Amino acid sequence: MPKSSAPRLSVRKTFKLYIGGAFPRSESGRTYLVDGDNVALASRKDARDAVVAARKAQPKWAGATAYNRGQVVYRIAEMVESRRAEFKALGTAGDEVNAAVDRLVWYAGWSDKIAQVAGNANPVAGPFFNLSSPEPTGVVGVIAPPTLLGLVSVVAPAVVTGNTVVVVTGGPQVAVTLAEVLATSDVPGGVVNILTGHAAEIAPWLASHDDVNGLDLTGVDDPTLAVELEQAAAGTLKRVRRAGRTDFTNDPGLAPMTAFLETKTVWHPKGF
Amino acid sequence: MTATVMSDLRSLLHGLPGVDKVGVEARAAALATRSVKTTAKAQAIDLAIRMVDLTTLEGADTPGKVRALSAKALRPDPADPTCPPVAAICVYPAMVPVAFEVLKGSGVHLASVATAFPSGQAPLDVKLADTRDAVAGGADEIDMVISRGAFLAGDYTKVFDEIVAVKEACGSAHLKVILETGELGTYDNVRRASWLAMLAGADFIKTSTGKVPVAATLPVTLVMLEAVRDFRARAGRQIGVKPAGGIRTTKDAMKYLVLINETVGDDWLSPDWFRFGASSLLNDLLMQRTKLTTGHYAGPDYFTLD
Repeated sequence: MPKSSAPRLSVRKTFKLYIGGAFPRSESGRTYLVDGDNVALASRKDARDAVVAARKAQPKWAGATAYNRGQVVYRIAEMVESRRAEFKALGTAGDEVNAAVDRLVWYAGWSDKIAQVAGNANPVAGPFFNLSSPEPTGVVGVIAPPTLLGLVSVVAPAVVTGNTVVVVTGGPQVAVTLAEVLATSDVPGGVVNILTGHAAEIAPWLASHDDVNGLDLTGVDDPTLAVELEQAAAGTLKRVRRAGRTDFTNDPGLAPMTAFLETKTVWHPKGF
Repeated sequence: MTATVMSDLRSLLHGLPGVDKVGVEARAAALATRSVKTTAKAQAIDLAIRMVDLTTLEGADTPGKVRALSAKALRPDPADPTCPPVAAICVYPAMVPVAFEVLKGSGVHLASVATAFPSGQAPLDVKLADTRDAVAGGADEIDMVISRGAFLAGDYTKVFDEIVAVKEACGSAHLKVILETGELGTYDNVRRASWLAMLAGADFIKTSTGKVPVAATLPVTLVMLEAVRDFRARAGRQIGVKPAGGIRTTKDAMKYLVLINETVGDDWLSPDWFRFGASSLLNDLLMQRTKLTTGHYAGPDYFTLD
């Protein structure tokens, strides 16, 4: 390329959605400004497309071995670590990046251990092995908090057990940067889908969607909206997690993982 | 048929104007961008449901599966009595009596593929016996395949005579002639095969068996719609069109409806003159219908696995 004396034009970035492993604009064509950045504003149809992508990815992700899923989540941690400077430039403090990386590693470790804790060999009065094991619930809609640690703390527990998620977030730059991390971390396309926009606009469509199996309301600040979403989710008997405002630096415990697990119990005859 | 008539047939088919490949594909693509919303969409979905030939053509078809599918044809959405029934069930000849038990007297037609479906590579008497069996079992529509080999070899007489013979074997049953456009190679051949089938007495022309990789496409259907339009103008007889294979979503179906409306008009916007050969399309139509009536997105868990 020949050298030019003219001043270099800056390359401005548009923060786009993350659906099915790709970074499309909103199908509505809408964008909004967040701290001077141009960000795609997701619509209900983007949510619809994201659910389709999540559903498509779910069987294969759930079918991967727990050990493999753990490796993939560990890989996310590695990639967040290497993009530390980018998160810092978006105003995420170094301590928070540390905490997010540690949280990912912690959940990665849980991947092949949760079955031992949440599952059980049940004593029964008959010649049977009676085994309960946790199974992923399916596609989970996640209304995520705007910070990196908050986002990681709701996404990682849902996906590490084999669910796929559609995330709605009001902290778009951090979320899209995390999407860029996910796109380069061996996470199959469609396992995590990220929609940047207004929860009040998109979340009701996820809550009432017949093909969404769970709903995490951790990032919903408005209690009236949270109640409406819970009611809409009841129509299809979704599992709903409403953790409320929490300090994400605290030990999360197992609840974020077990909220989106179902228990499958198998009776197996013995003594033959 | 005499030699002069046959040479007339050849010169007629080869005298048809060639199809502008780029033009027809551009036109089909342009029409596919139309947006159909709200009440128009609701009407279009119901019309599309009424146009579906609900099809199961698998080696693994069992009487139980055919009965279940027939029951679904009568009442596609058990949760909503306003949902119309489909146009027809389409099965193999061996399954015709099973489906007939469920469908008789219901107004839902019973179509059977015949004539050594899907390849059509069998002697004529076998094809005719196949057809008569299906009609005797209760089928009132027969989907026959043409001998693509003979057509591509330029033996139009053989194809013509076969269609005439099968039409005769059909008796009062409607005859749909499958051109298998994916094996014809060019749009010119699709146009010629369409005319050949119509001249020989087809009541419907159908794109595909669904058993080869390239099935129904919008441009092919556009060429066939133009053929039935021109045929009616010349011969005064209206012929139906049935795209089959690869039409899976409501959005696809809408594109075909737009194509009919813009090419041949209202006269063909009816299950009597246009059908969709499909199996998974119906569930998507039902999901979209449910979305419109309930106001929230529907999921496949709430519809039957066929």
